[in-house]
Amino acid sequence: MVSSAAPAAGGQPAGPAAAEASLAGAGPAQRKLPPVTGLAVAALSLVIAGGIFLAAHLPRSTPLGPPAAALVLAVVALLTAAALLARVRDFAWHTFFVVAGWTLAAYLVIAGMLEFVFVLDHTPGQLLVLLTLMLLVFAIDVPLLLGFSVARYAPAGTGGAGPGGPQPDSPA
Amino acid sequence: MAEITQRRPEAAPVPAAGGAGAPPGAGTRPRPPRTIVPLAGLPVVAVVVIALVTAIAGNWLWALDFFHVVGGGLWTGIDLFVGLVIGPILGRLSIPARVEFAARFMPKMLLIMPTLVLMTLASGWQLARHVGVLEVGYPQRWWLIASFIVVGVMTVIALGFLEPANLAVLFELRKDAPDGALIGKLMRRFAYTAGITGIMQVATLVIMTRIATW
Repeated sequence: MVSSAAPAAGGQPAGPAAAEASLAGAGPAQRKLPPVTGLAVAALSLVIAGGIFLAAHLPRSTPLGPPAAALVLAVVALLTAAALLARVRDFAWHTFFVVAGWTLAAYLVIAGMLEFVFVLDHTPGQLLVLLTLMLLVFAIDVPLLLGFSVARYAPAGTGGAGPGGPQPDSPA
Repeated sequence: MAEITQRRPEAAPVPAAGGAGAPPGAGTRPRPPRTIVPLAGLPVVAVVVIALVTAIAGNWLWALDFFHVVGGGLWTGIDLFVGLVIGPILGRLSIPARVEFAARFMPKMLLIMPTLVLMTLASGWQLARHVGVLEVGYPQRWWLIASFIVVGVMTVIALGFLEPANLAVLFELRKDAPDGALIGKLMRRFAYTAGITGIMQVATLVIMTRIATW
């Protein structure tokens, strides 16, 4: 569907692929980083799968075993991702925390809204605890994922965008 | 909110911008927006979220239906349009044109799409409870479960692949020397994933129209 090798309109001598190659001066960060994205996506998939399982049974009585197992696996994946990332020395931590911090603020609003719906619907105790923990994993996992996705391409130890880039205390 | 970047000049030179047939301005680098998130849109988002909370708290059928239909229609329409119309066009543009488009388009998507998704899903769940859709038995219930699965897969694709690519492009554009190859790669990922979610939205349309006509 999307091809960089497609011919450019207007008879341009330089096609997108050529322009792409010529613009590749600085090159993306080629650092070897731990599989944070894979683990974070796995955690996200597990909590969503658990949520789908619960939603498929509601409002009838719901077996809590499978979603609880999915939640435990998601927590393990999330903690592993966080631990692996914490061990990386050469990383744009400032960029990571700016992006992850503002994303966390946004996703806490979203998770809070969903929690409000569960409470409003009188969701029973154990189920509510499970859903709340799933929302918590969701609200932490997405900021980790987005923060990592941006910071991995930023120069290590900087704000990530050079002198004209993000300044300290700036929002994403 | 403080601004995320210092002011830049209107445009900075960029190499190999497309040659003689290139449109005006193709030889210059577009100025990135002052902030990653378009601040002017935040009050609109706040109003939508407050109205949504009010509708859910009041269990107002009309308001819930409004939020679900409007949010879902826009979400589906935008996904299909971006994935199946904008995406292929974008893939055939020169890199500077893609970058210029992304610099203006992606910040808006950063606010619009999460708001529409929240609006559609929260009101949809309450609406389903309100009208008794959640209590249907099998085989009709399979349609409901199918809709949950489609939304779940779309959520993983959107949050796991599409949104990270979107944000990474926006941050790359702020660098003094943006990596054109990286931007091209990330924007292809954005267009592909938008295409996949667009196709999945067709499945959503089939399921939702089926549920609405039980």
